[in-house]
Amino acid sequence: MSGDILTPILMGVMLGGLYALTALGLSMVFGVMRLINLAHGDLVVLGAYGSYAVLTMLGIDPILGLVITVPLMFCIGILIQKYLMSKAVTIGAEAPLIIAFGLSLIIQNANQIMFSPQSRGINTAYSQMSFHIFGRQLPLIYLLDFIVGVVVMLIMQEFLKRTYMGRAISAAAQDTRASKLMGINTKRIYYYAFGIAMISAAIAGTFLGMTFPFTPTSGTTFLTIAFGAVIIGGLGSMMGTFLGGIILGVVQTLSAHFLGANAQMLVLYVIILILLAFRPQGLFGR
Amino acid sequence: MQSEPILKIQNIDVFHGGFQAIWDLSMEVRHGEACALIGANTAGKSTLLDTINGVNHPSKGSITFMGEDISRLEPFEIVDLGITQVPEGRRLFPEMTVMDNLIMGSYTPNARKHKDKNLQRVFDLFPKLKDRQKQLAKTMSGGEQQMVAIGRGLMANPKLIMIDEMSLGLAPIIVDEIFKTLHKIKAQGVTVLFVEQNVVKTLKEADRAYIIETGKITLSGTALELRDNEDVRKAYFGV
Repeated sequence: MSGDILTPILMGVMLGGLYALTALGLSMVFGVMRLINLAHGDLVVLGAYGSYAVLTMLGIDPILGLVITVPLMFCIGILIQKYLMSKAVTIGAEAPLIIAFGLSLIIQNANQIMFSPQSRGINTAYSQMSFHIFGRQLPLIYLLDFIVGVVVMLIMQEFLKRTYMGRAISAAAQDTRASKLMGINTKRIYYYAFGIAMISAAIAGTFLGMTFPFTPTSGTTFLTIAFGAVIIGGLGSMMGTFLGGIILGVVQTLSAHFLGANAQMLVLYVIILILLAFRPQGLFGR
Repeated sequence: MQSEPILKIQNIDVFHGGFQAIWDLSMEVRHGEACALIGANTAGKSTLLDTINGVNHPSKGSITFMGEDISRLEPFEIVDLGITQVPEGRRLFPEMTVMDNLIMGSYTPNARKHKDKNLQRVFDLFPKLKDRQKQLAKTMSGGEQQMVAIGRGLMANPKLIMIDEMSLGLAPIIVDEIFKTLHKIKAQGVTVLFVEQNVVKTLKEADRAYIIETGKITLSGTALELRDNEDVRKAYFGV
């Protein structure tokens, strides 16, 4: 079995789609607001707990339950930007960073109080199923992860390219001053950008929760994954983030395959460090 | 009606980054004219345009546009009322196509209603842009970028278009073309306020001009009057 290299590559690529989705919101908030959202991982976990609650308390399938969790997370994003971040930026450059860190701690502890520190998983009928490809049997949830990652990225790309609001978000990211002069209410665009980032976090959290067990402190791991995809791919390019996620997924599964599960994150960190030293703009960044 | 200026600035002070950039400045722009703002690099011209646009607010005095006090309004409100700025250095959205840059110009509710009409107008004015509409803005030459920038400004369906450093850094042949465009825009009934370093050319092409030094208007008048002014001749024409 250790000679079978195709299985880890396939699993890595599929997981990578989900990693890219996890990174999408981080990349967007940084690209538009120049804010490093240290709470992003915890907000993804909040999305996972949201779907967990929808499933266990209301008995609603977590994918259907996105109808509830996505609008909820969208509103949370708008509130964070409106009442915390947009006030913080007027104080100084460090203030939003510190607020994001504080938010991260608050969400972690709130999740511990609400859901206990115990490890949880979002278990559905199909999360245990498998499918066959190239003569290999793989978990069906990995395939769903990949499809959802690709679909959300494509929808986001079309939204940013084709709608006035999407274009305004891109414009604000490229040149804030010029976008103000075009009559864009940049303050409001920032609310929506954070809200949309949280939509992607809700979806990412739901599928991460169906793929891996998670605890209230899993946010740190998810944040690292998001940072990894963004660093590898390069900030600001959706395609870069997507490929960054795929590379990250493949590196992780291959190093687990050859060096064991304990080594997978280590190899990942080393690769990120090397990349930061030699190509800090990322493989596909400008 | 024609005698009432479209834009009237009365005794404004503007502070920018902790120091005063504009001192008790008054000026007006009249309906349908091409009015020029002439001055050295740190004279406060860009700060003045930004203040008209609502990016900065005056600490004293008032700015009236078509009879309405706009000195406390935000940029998105002012653009929607019909003032647009073509900023210094053009500031196109580099990763967007020519077409998307133009569409961004028509962002405000008022401009969206007239998007198709204005797009046609821009393509009539700069036929080149029609062929280049899929090109990324950052890959264009300076002159082409200035055309996109002016076109993007016109997409806002403005009554007053303010063009900062209209010909700075452009080749002479392009400068001529841009000045020709200025007359065409004016002929369409859009009032123009533009900032220029090229004084000789400006005083030939503009209707009126203001000379601004360290945040104060030091001279103003019709272009003809200023051309004959002793101080202007000494400072800018070298005779």
